Amino acid sequence: MTKQNFAPGTHPSLPPPHSTIGLIHWLRTNLFSSVSNSVVTLVSIYALYLAIPPAISWLFIDATYVGETRKDCAADGACLAFIGERFNLFVYGFYPDELQWRVNLAAILLVVASAAVLWDNIPARKHMLRFALLYPFIGAWLLSGGFGLEPVGTHLFGGLMLTLTIGVTGIVCSLPLGILLALGRQSNLPIIKYFCIGFIEFIRGVPLITLLFVASTMLSYFLPPGSTFDLLLRVLIMVTLFSSAYIAEVIRGGLQALPKGQLEAAESLGLNYSQAMRFIILPQALKISIPGIVNTFIGLYKDTTLVIVIGLLDPLGIGRASVADSAWLGLSTEVYLFVAVFFFISCFGMARYSLYLENKLNTGHKR
Amino acid sequence: MSTPTSSTNPLLRAWYDKETRSVIVQIIAAALIISFFSYIINNAVVNLASIGKDIDFGFLWQNASYDINQHLIPYTSTSSHFEAMIVGLINTLLVAVAGILLATILGFILGVMRLSNNWLTQKISYVYIEYVRNVPLLLHILLLHGLIINALPRPKGSHNFGDTFFLNNRGFQMPSPEFQSLFWVVGAFIVAGIAFAWWFSRYAQSVQDNTGKTFPVAIINIGAIVLLPLVVYFVLGSPIEWDVPALKGFNFKGGMVVRPEFIALWLALSFYTAAFIGEIVRAGIVAINHGQTEAALALGVSNSQTLKLVVIPQALRVIIPPLTSQYLNLAKNSSLALAIGYMDVVATIGGISLNQTGREMECMLIVMGIYLVISLLISSGMNWYNNRMQLVER
Repeated sequence: MTKQNFAPGTHPSLPPPHSTIGLIHWLRTNLFSSVSNSVVTLVSIYALYLAIPPAISWLFIDATYVGETRKDCAADGACLAFIGERFNLFVYGFYPDELQWRVNLAAILLVVASAAVLWDNIPARKHMLRFALLYPFIGAWLLSGGFGLEPVGTHLFGGLMLTLTIGVTGIVCSLPLGILLALGRQSNLPIIKYFCIGFIEFIRGVPLITLLFVASTMLSYFLPPGSTFDLLLRVLIMVTLFSSAYIAEVIRGGLQALPKGQLEAAESLGLNYSQAMRFIILPQALKISIPGIVNTFIGLYKDTTLVIVIGLLDPLGIGRASVADSAWLGLSTEVYLFVAVFFFISCFGMARYSLYLENKLNTGHKR
Repeated sequence: MSTPTSSTNPLLRAWYDKETRSVIVQIIAAALIISFFSYIINNAVVNLASIGKDIDFGFLWQNASYDINQHLIPYTSTSSHFEAMIVGLINTLLVAVAGILLATILGFILGVMRLSNNWLTQKISYVYIEYVRNVPLLLHILLLHGLIINALPRPKGSHNFGDTFFLNNRGFQMPSPEFQSLFWVVGAFIVAGIAFAWWFSRYAQSVQDNTGKTFPVAIINIGAIVLLPLVVYFVLGSPIEWDVPALKGFNFKGGMVVRPEFIALWLALSFYTAAFIGEIVRAGIVAINHGQTEAALALGVSNSQTLKLVVIPQALRVIIPPLTSQYLNLAKNSSLALAIGYMDVVATIGGISLNQTGREMECMLIVMGIYLVISLLISSGMNWYNNRMQLVER
């Protein structure tokens, strides 16, 4: 090699050393940075090797997608034919076939209404928000009928639509109730304060299952003699009360995180209690508590599966009932995985939205 | 111009006075609450009277006449409803305690994996946590239960672990101990070892505080609690006989069995709660400023001591409050046992007993009362621990 001399500053840039770029470098720093790290990596790879290829061949390669009974399915693969066979049941429950357009319409309108609530760069958002306010009534009318539509009893509700009905109603109703409870708990009026504390602590101390039992077996005792009350409505009330207690605790955390000066400043400006809360305190407190609130909503949405213990048939309930079907014995894994995928998509979506909202509202500490 | 306070109407004036207004609002609230409760209680009394029922806990001492397949205390179908309730309560506590232990261990592992600088373990932990957190617990329970029932072999083809442990779709068979007469000596040594360890750690602490001298406390304590009783056990000629399960006909005889319902519920509760605990642990460790570690290392404190004396105590302070609520959730979620037929307190007193006696009111009151007490106990225990760990500020 010839030795070359360069005047200062004229040496051409050399490529970076091989050990600091490319795949090799990435592997070195992320997987094999030390002996113990390499051991961990190899053990993990082996564990994945044990788990993933059999799972893939079971779920995709050896799986059977069409068939009439269990016998049509390959023995060592997933029997997904069953899911297709029962798809209608999983989505609509026992809702009458010829009226299912109403469920579809309600679902489409739900998407429209929630889009207006969730994103603020939607065209004509003002009108759509007005529609969103009306939506609960429109949705209830479409699903249960009456006023010109053929009535459908709520005992026919099931599957995905039941989950969405309970989940959406619970989410919509429990937020305002939770805010009221949180404010009540922070209030300096002792009677209201202790009533709210008692309510919140009682609800948080017992499992939802017991409350659902109360709704299904005992609630009629507490109503005027002779009155009947729709089971789904009772469940909706219990689910709402249950999650509102949790929401209240989340929001209380947000309220306590605000410096006292905020309320004092609002009062010194002459705002009364409700103005101070609406314009100063709650916007800040709610912003802080968004992750907690969305977590509670996700919890509520997942808890809708508990209605199967009192005999309502959400997707999980339908799955459990189908597992017992003699033509399709021994399919529990396929059925439950299918339901799991559905719940995963909706809950993961909610969690992602919460992240987006947090970033959007994170205006206070931006530099 | 009339300002509110100078109004001549005394009622209006009272309303604009903050003190008086709060009294008025509270009186109205109290009246509403009292009338609401008296209304529903009155309804309940009228309704119960019209179908000839009363509130009476006497049924608790009647014959329960149903079997419970998992009972840790003696129970037969001639036992009373009260005993059924106790058996159920013990089953609830068993799965809750076992679940809390496993969930804590797995959760800490997941949390540390999530922060590891190994890309693969980090991603595995992330995928696990996201999957488990976003799928309902009841689904996990049913899925695991279905897997155990359908995917595990029948007793004939059990997975055999050294002819002593067997895993099949009837559960996990293992040897059960039968204590011989001399076993109390070993028990006494264990108790004495614990007492010694307690005294010795306090003594070592005070010596260290006064003189700076340290003892190998952990090793000596383990020796006192585990090794010495073990030596005594063998010196006495192994005073425990093991009843090993053996396949007789279609099922196993002898030994004891961990039932599939328990395994499914326990694992599902632990796996589910561990995902939440993992995120809590991660948040707790991230919350500790890296300067703390650097400062400790700069002072010449060793790596493991930095972790033990600087990072973990501070991280625990952040971790404990949310950890408490996860423990509470786990205890309450154990009520989902009902869905797979694990006989916990909801399934016994709130399920079969309720259906047999028709006493919904009393049974649900008992079940709710039990859960409230469990919740209060866990949260007060964790509050006590939290106060001990809390930063002492001037």
